[in-house]
This record gives sequence, C-alpha cells and structure tokens, in this order.
Amino acid sequence: MTTENKTCFRHGMRDGSPIALGYFAVAFTLGIAARNAGLSALQGFVASVLNNASAGEYAGFALIAAGSTYLETAIMTLVVNARYLLMSCALSQKLKPDTPLHHRMAIAYDVTDEIFGICVAQPGYLNPWYAYGAIVVAIPGWALGTYMGVIMGNVLPLRVVSALSVGLYGMFLAIIIPPARKNRVIAGVVAVGFSASFLVNRLPQLSGLSTGIKTIALTVALALLAAILFPTDTVNTNSGEKKDEVS
Amino acid sequence: MEHNIWIYLLVMAAVSYLIRMAPLVLIRREITNRLLRSFLFYVPYATLAVMTFPAIMEATQTPAAGLCALIVGIVLAWKGRSLFQVAVLCCAVAFVVELLPI
Repeated sequence: MTTENKTCFRHGMRDGSPIALGYFAVAFTLGIAARNAGLSALQGFVASVLNNASAGEYAGFALIAAGSTYLETAIMTLVVNARYLLMSCALSQKLKPDTPLHHRMAIAYDVTDEIFGICVAQPGYLNPWYAYGAIVVAIPGWALGTYMGVIMGNVLPLRVVSALSVGLYGMFLAIIIPPARKNRVIAGVVAVGFSASFLVNRLPQLSGLSTGIKTIALTVALALLAAILFPTDTVNTNSGEKKDEVS
Repeated sequence: MEHNIWIYLLVMAAVSYLIRMAPLVLIRREITNRLLRSFLFYVPYATLAVMTFPAIMEATQTPAAGLCALIVGIVLAWKGRSLFQVAVLCCAVAFVVELLPI
C-alpha cells in the first residue's frame, strides 16, 4: 500500500466511524425483524455481511416470514435495492477510468446510502482505499448490530421489541423526508406512496396479493409515473451525506 | 414447498451484489436516457414510502404508537436530524405511547 493509499484508508475509517455507530443501532432493529422472520443470530449476521442493505434485508426477511418463493425474493431485492443501481452508476463516474476491475468489484460490495454519500463527497476521483477504510469499520457495526438484535430481541419484553422495530421506519423517514423537503416532486411521491400503500392494504379485492408483490407494483408504478410526468436531470449524489452524523 | 433460509440469503446476497457491481464494472460513461435516470431517481422515495406506511402502525402493539412515531419521525427528519437521532427518537415515542392507557 502506498502512503497515499494509507492516508485515504485512514480517512475512510475516520468518516466511517459515525456510520458504524448509526448502523449498529439501526441494524439492531433489523435483527429483531430477522428474528421475527425465523432467522438465527448467525443467519442475521450473515445476511447483513452479505447484503449491507437495510430496506433490502428488511423486505427479504418479510418475504421469508411469509414463505414467499425464491423468485419473488429475488425480484423484491432487485426492486427495493434498485437505488443502488443508480448510486453505482454515479459512483462509476467518480472512479478514474483506468481503475482496475478488482477495485470496481470490491467497492461494489458495500454501496450503501451512507458509504456512497461519503464517497461521492470526496474531491476529485475516488481512491478505492478510502471506501475500504469506511467499509471495514461500518460493516462490523452493521453485522454485529443485526446479530445482537436477533439475540436481544429474544430476551427483551414484547413492548420494547415493538418500540425498537419502529427504528427502521424512522431510518426510512430520515432517508426520504429531507429530500422531500427540498424537492416537491419527491414530496409528492412520498405522499402518494403513503396514501396508495394505505389504500392497497385496505382494499378487500387486493387482499390476496402478497406484501412483496404490492410493494413492487406500487414502487414501479409510482416511480414510472413520476419519471414520465416530472423527468429530472438531478443525480442522486447527496442522499447519504449528512444522515449519519452521530453527535 | 419447504424453503431453506440459507438459500433465501444467498438469493438476496447475489441480487444485491450484482445490482451494485454491474454498473461499476460495465458503465464507464454517463447514463443519458432521461426516463431511466428519472425512474431510478424516484425509486428509493417511492419504495421506502410504500414500505413505511401503513406498516409502521402494524409494527407496534397499538396503531396509535406507530402513528405517533411516524409523525414525530417526519417532523425530526424534516428538521434535518441525523438518521441515528430520528431512528432512536421514533423508538422512544413508540415506547412511551404504548405505555399510555389509550
């Protein structure tokens, strides 16, 4: 490792530390969802090490709990994590064009809202070692949090568990509301999303559809409608920049 | 049909990784299709909104606790509080409201 790479790695670790703390707390509630879906602590840990995606894992656990098919789970993971597709596209523009394949494949392992946010905030081209520094501190927080969530979820009173389960939704709100404040279309998408989801869950005609299918259909319909009515040139590069400042 | 949790996890992991890896490995130029860009731009907001409500009211012992957590979460996020603070305070609100005799 060159001196420059070492420096970048250290900076990554520094910026990744508050992310790790936030991840631990949020992953704890994710662990509770994993426990509710019938996963062991080890399975929760492995899920988090391999997926690094709050909403994606949560959706996956919900489908596991519902006994959905593997195909349904794959489609759901694809749709819920679709935002990482755009983030990776944006991130590809941050890499030097001659960045070797193995670096591209390694960075891809942990493109999350938060890691992506601090990476695109780097001036100039991204040094992969910066991302690695952030990843090596953030992943243990995420995976251990999930592990502890599964274990502690078993011994905590039901009321405490249900209160902690709300943390994940709080995290989702922290992701979608700040951009909604700045962008009216996003605010509209969020408002219509809440309403449509509520209606679809109440309509008796649709009660036969699984939660996964409902979420996929609503997401694609909403995002497509918004894209047709309000096409945008905005690149989503700042979604994760200031969410995880643990002060 | 009996499902194996480890296979679910492998499916999730494979899809998650491929989504992230493909653009980084394949795309070296900017996406120009405006509709596709816009669609991908709106996806996270649409899907997270759909997943949050009304599910948050079903996660708690009483719907009122989830609803209060939702409102407080929106207000805090609106004020620009960090992800960590919003998550923890939503938990606190849900916990307190569940203690109330409503």
